[in-house]
Amino acid sequence: MPVTSSDTMEIRTSDDIVRVRQKVRDLAVGIGLGLVDQTKIVTAASEIARNTLDYGGGGTARVEVIEEGFRRGVRVTFEDEGPGIADVTRAMQDGFTTGGGLGLGLSGAKRLSNEFSIQSAVGVGTRIMIARWKSG
Amino acid sequence: MASPDQARFAALLAADRDRILAAWIGALKAAGTVGQGRITAMEMETQAREMLGHLVAAIGEAGFDAKAPAYGRLRDGLAEISRTRAMQGFSPSETAAFVFSLKRPLHEAIARAEGLDPAAAAEIGVEASVLVDQFGLLTVEAYQKRREEVIIRQQREIAELSTPVVKLWDGVLALPLIGTLDSERTQVVMENLLQSIVDHSAEIAIIDITGVPTVDTLVAQHLLKTVAAARLMGADCIISGIRPQIAQTMVHLGVELNVVSKATLADAFAVALRRIGRTVVPARPAASAQG
Ligand SMILES: Nc1ncnc2c1ncn2[C@@H]1O[C@H](COP(=O)(O)OP(=O)(O)OP(=O)(O)O)[C@@H](O)[C@H]1O
Ligand SMILES: [Mg+2]
Repeated sequence: MPVTSSDTMEIRTSDDIVRVRQKVRDLAVGIGLGLVDQTKIVTAASEIARNTLDYGGGGTARVEVIEEGFRRGVRVTFEDEGPGIADVTRAMQDGFTTGGGLGLGLSGAKRLSNEFSIQSAVGVGTRIMIARWKSG
Repeated sequence: MASPDQARFAALLAADRDRILAAWIGALKAAGTVGQGRITAMEMETQAREMLGHLVAAIGEAGFDAKAPAYGRLRDGLAEISRTRAMQGFSPSETAAFVFSLKRPLHEAIARAEGLDPAAAAEIGVEASVLVDQFGLLTVEAYQKRREEVIIRQQREIAELSTPVVKLWDGVLALPLIGTLDSERTQVVMENLLQSIVDHSAEIAIIDITGVPTVDTLVAQHLLKTVAAARLMGADCIISGIRPQIAQTMVHLGVELNVVSKATLADAFAVALRRIGRTVVPARPAASAQG
């Protein structure tokens, strides 16, 4: 899949989360995503970025514009080398949290994205990809 | 300790000071860093004269060892100048140019220095370049540090400025939230609101999120906690300003606020007034007509 722009950003502090959100919003606006879709992908990115920081101990976000045929999208890939998630199915359930949160970040981010993938291994780390296409 | 050559060079520099200064000022003016309302030629000249004085004195005492105590006044002076530049809106390269423009005048001074043998002059030339580079970097670092301080201070100011709790009516408070709600700031804001509820014995608090660009689970959780805490203190919250795109996103996220919400602050205020038994009616015509 062609990638027309790619930026890798560090996630070390909560300010970095704000920067990732702004970058995602800029790209989303750039490819002409509507206000609702912009808000969805930005919010999904915010969730995963915060997990990367809070549970993954920090990591990176690769923010990209992708192309497939005539459609374009924004894709964000988060990676950390934290403790990993032992039971991904359980972590993806609404309300599951080990950090006193609402437990809606992962499952919500999936619902807010057109594409979502997660790979995690205990002791190795976690990689999560979210993407949203411009429809039509 | 300065070597005999270095000491001799320092003495030559001291004697040649006015010419070096003139060349330095000339270079600064040519670089366009003077004027434009940020710094006058006079100020620039005063700073240059002072720094050159420190430099010559330090070379005389310690040679080219930039870390020597003799360089303390030059270091402090340059750091101070850089900090000021950062405030005056100079760019990092303009700030560094102040020091770097001294390089050529110094080399010219070495070239016309009489009584230095060529080998010593060459050595001094190299050392002077290295020294200027080190101080150039120092100015950039001081500049950068100052800028970071400014940014941090501004962030704090914004956090404080943009979170006033306003009283709309007896017993009715509003908290218009504007900007990014990172957790630190949200904590402060929410505590302010709870304190104001106590201070005003408020019955109703309207939290307006029109100015919040992203409502994620963290923001939602802060809102939920605040609403719950306010309730324990006998006040009901109304959330207003949930824009359509935010509402849709919250639904997908699965967040339920379980609290009265209104599209606009005005709608929320109307609800609040009704709750405390007030109504807004048009003024009687007689009141506005004369006689
Ligand atoms: N990058 C990660 N590394 C390790 N564990 C993670 C990571 N991301 C998520 N988890 C685990 O998955 C759980 C669920 O994450 P999710 O984002 O859904 O909820 P939360 O962060 O706990 O709460 P919320 O996001 O609603 O504020 C977390 O509590 C944590 O245990
Ligand atoms: Mg989360």
